[in-house]
Amino acid sequence: MDRRKFLTVSGVSLGAGALYTMAPHLARSAEGAEMARLLGRQNGERPAPFRVFQLSDTHVGWDGALGTSAFERAVEVVNGLAPAPDLVLFTGDLTHDTEKPGEHAVRMRRFQEIAGRLKVPKVYQVPGEHDAGLDGGDLYRNVFGPTSYSFDHKGFHFIALDNVSRAKPEVGAEQRAWLAKDLARFPKTAPIVVFTHRPLFDLRPDWEWFTRDGDEVMAILAPYENVTVLYGHIHREHEQTIGSAKLFAARSLCFAFPDPQGVADKKAIPFDKAEPFKNLGIRQVQAAPGQKGATVKVSEVSLDAREFSGTEGFNQLLKNPSL
Amino acid sequence: MRPQIRLTAALLIVAAAGLTSSGLRAAEEPKVIAITAKRFEFSPKEITLKQGETVRLQLTTEDVTHGFFVKPLGIDEDIAPGKTTTVDVTPKTPGRYTTICDHFCGAGHGNMKMTIVVE
Repeated sequence: MDRRKFLTVSGVSLGAGALYTMAPHLARSAEGAEMARLLGRQNGERPAPFRVFQLSDTHVGWDGALGTSAFERAVEVVNGLAPAPDLVLFTGDLTHDTEKPGEHAVRMRRFQEIAGRLKVPKVYQVPGEHDAGLDGGDLYRNVFGPTSYSFDHKGFHFIALDNVSRAKPEVGAEQRAWLAKDLARFPKTAPIVVFTHRPLFDLRPDWEWFTRDGDEVMAILAPYENVTVLYGHIHREHEQTIGSAKLFAARSLCFAFPDPQGVADKKAIPFDKAEPFKNLGIRQVQAAPGQKGATVKVSEVSLDAREFSGTEGFNQLLKNPSL
Repeated sequence: MRPQIRLTAALLIVAAAGLTSSGLRAAEEPKVIAITAKRFEFSPKEITLKQGETVRLQLTTEDVTHGFFVKPLGIDEDIAPGKTTTVDVTPKTPGRYTTICDHFCGAGHGNMKMTIVVE
């Protein structure tokens, strides 16, 4: 078996978050079988295909034109999928920060109310700087729990990584040590999904699209051959390869930023009433076991506006209802 | 020999005093530029430096802690309330360098920036 192809990732641009299909191909090799046994022993789950939706940057409380409508529509889209995804991952900036006493907690509860409509077995999240930057993540931890953690799911190991709750945009030495320890029990071929908020590389440092110690984090991940990193923050789609790791950014669910290539200033793409959800989205990840290793397929899912009314709300159609 | 030694010592003392005189020190110390941070802006919004010339930036904040980060110039500082952060910079390459606050400071943090022009 070509171990470098143990897990493959492909992306198709369709545009309201990201849906991923994941397939651990484990049982056909001795090493894979051992990993399947390891994962099965830990949580009783055998490797099996499943789908994951990534939603990002909902910014509940932000005073933009869309409010929470794109977020709420994305929840409807996910709930309309058959079969339902196993997991939904939120990659940060769940809320927009405010210093009005008590208001940030209200926004977090509003996020929970909308996310609670998701008809999926498990929902996980990491904070963005707008959730955890002002208080070091104290309120976030009270509402959502830890800012970094890991879990196994059907042959994949998922790692929530916090690169926002420290004063600077970084993961920090303590969490990097935890990451290395967390990974140490896995073989180098284990399918690993890291979800975090900021890009773990210098995408555009002068737009604060970077993580100061991202190189050190990627060095910890480097020995592992089947790593997928999902992140948000940049409010647009982006794909990057670092070594054998594939990194994907999901679009936002409130406003979009332009392609940073050749653009000097960081300015949001103006809101277009005719196409209110243009450039927003969710991401689908489909995972499936097979004979030649794990497969991860990534596709963008668009929310297409059929009707827009400021008072009546939004009536949206999914561009590709066959998903 | 002793008078000669004393004279030499005296001359050395005079020379040393001359080296620390205010006029000479002023000629050696870099130009100082004061930059103030407050949520969510820097003042001034743009400064101009000369390639190869060392400038001393004196950074202060009027409110909370801010960052002062411009990777191409190798500047990565925090500006804490109640103190002056000093950084010397000798830019090597002409250009326009966006400097950002990279210490999260609130809702407008993402657009807190200024420009350092190097000519």
